[in-house]
Amino acid sequence: MSTEGKVYLYPIWLRIWHAINALGILVLIYTGLNMQFARPDFELLRFDLAVTLHNFAGVIVSINYLIFFIGNLVTSNKKYYRIKPKGLRKRLLKQLRFYTYGMFKNEEVPYPISEKRKFNPVQKYTYVAVMYLMVPIIIVTGIALLFPELIIEEVYNMSGIFLTAILHAIVGFIISIFLIIHLYFATIGKKPVSNFVSIITGWH
Amino acid sequence: MRFPQYRISFLLLFLASFTTNLKADNDCLRCHANNTHSIYNDWTERNEKRLMNPYYILDSLRIKAGVHGSFACIDCHSSDYETYPHQGELKLEPLMTCIDCHGGDENFADYKFEEIETEFGKSVHATALGEVFTCSKCHSQHYYQAKARTSESVRDIVKFSNEMCISCHDNTSKYQLMSDSLSPKLVETHDWLPNQKLHFENVRCIECHTQIQDSLMVSHNILPKEKALKLCVECHTANSHLNASLYKYKNIQARSEKGKVGIILANKSYVIGAYQNETLNLLSILIFMAVIGGIIIHSFFRIIKK
Repeated sequence: MSTEGKVYLYPIWLRIWHAINALGILVLIYTGLNMQFARPDFELLRFDLAVTLHNFAGVIVSINYLIFFIGNLVTSNKKYYRIKPKGLRKRLLKQLRFYTYGMFKNEEVPYPISEKRKFNPVQKYTYVAVMYLMVPIIIVTGIALLFPELIIEEVYNMSGIFLTAILHAIVGFIISIFLIIHLYFATIGKKPVSNFVSIITGWH
Repeated sequence: MRFPQYRISFLLLFLASFTTNLKADNDCLRCHANNTHSIYNDWTERNEKRLMNPYYILDSLRIKAGVHGSFACIDCHSSDYETYPHQGELKLEPLMTCIDCHGGDENFADYKFEEIETEFGKSVHATALGEVFTCSKCHSQHYYQAKARTSESVRDIVKFSNEMCISCHDNTSKYQLMSDSLSPKLVETHDWLPNQKLHFENVRCIECHTQIQDSLMVSHNILPKEKALKLCVECHTANSHLNASLYKYKNIQARSEKGKVGIILANKSYVIGAYQNETLNLLSILIFMAVIGGIIIHSFFRIIKK
């Protein structure tokens, strides 16, 4: 493989984290849907099996999240996630304009990928929201549902376990939607498969 | 104003009967709510203190809280018990069953005692043990409360209901009153059930171990263990088996008090798969379709503008 003219963007620890996360989340979505929409006459996966798989995958993805979290604390990878509020709106709109208009007019990419900038503004802030807000919420609610005795029994006359489960399902849905968009946007590379190759080899 | 004489007589009669009842019950409970009782021994000519048989010690507070709390002891037990020491053969007095008092009673029509009797007749308890298995084997006349009707909390109802089963099925001496075999270990026989503790605390045994009868609030046809529900998805589904029994009743009751929104917010129970929120389901489908639609349109322009 020639790495000429390419940037080494994804270090090995990140790629391992990403691979485990990707597989884990696919299992979580599949088993999660199976539990939420279980039906006696149409069972893709046995319910008890779905529960067990979901629990195992949840624990693996949670521990794996620590790799991401600690990795981003101790390595230089953290710089890609730093929030810069000044001109944020303008940068986001510029990138969105490119996605919805500019790219069809063969305009220049407004925020080309370099060693200094791994993500364009839209990517960066979606990743920040998913990784530092959504994933922590789903991990905490997931742990709570694994140990329901931890959950406050009643919150303003509502069942604590009900609220926790609903929040877990809503965030799970948001992450699933993120995954679909993430996969689609990954096809917007030099070639549709370029970015998929990059996340495996590390070179962009 | 002259107070009519007959009213005074009524009042006196009422007070007299009330105090006699109270006195009679206190007389019984003076011994039967304590660990010891005193008896005059004719042979030694002394008052002697003896231990009370633990099975005959009653919890007076639980009696008062029970459905028969206002009853005097001798309303059900022989009045010969008023003499002390009691005669030995009184222990063999035939006691009344639920249907003896409640059968055909208009005041209790809602409880459907006759239908309960028919359903119970089909149950494994009745077919295996016959008439010796009386109502009181599960429903203690002393302490019974109509929890499923009166309690707000599903967990409370579950606990009360399951204690009836466990009182024999987890108590070898009581179990062997009915059977010569050893009581199966519940934890072992249910080892296939995930989150066993959680299920035992939140689901009634009868949810899986009875044949649901829609017209009865609490099904009494306890099934043999081979016929018990064992399929997770029977409960963990939008069309849940649970919604046919306890939750159905609780939902109808709560809906009439709190309205549809109230029931969603005030629901104290949550079962994966069974508790689906229609609004959220619809919203998620719409968002999903919008995303897929957006991707298709975007791809389309990517292809034609290549």
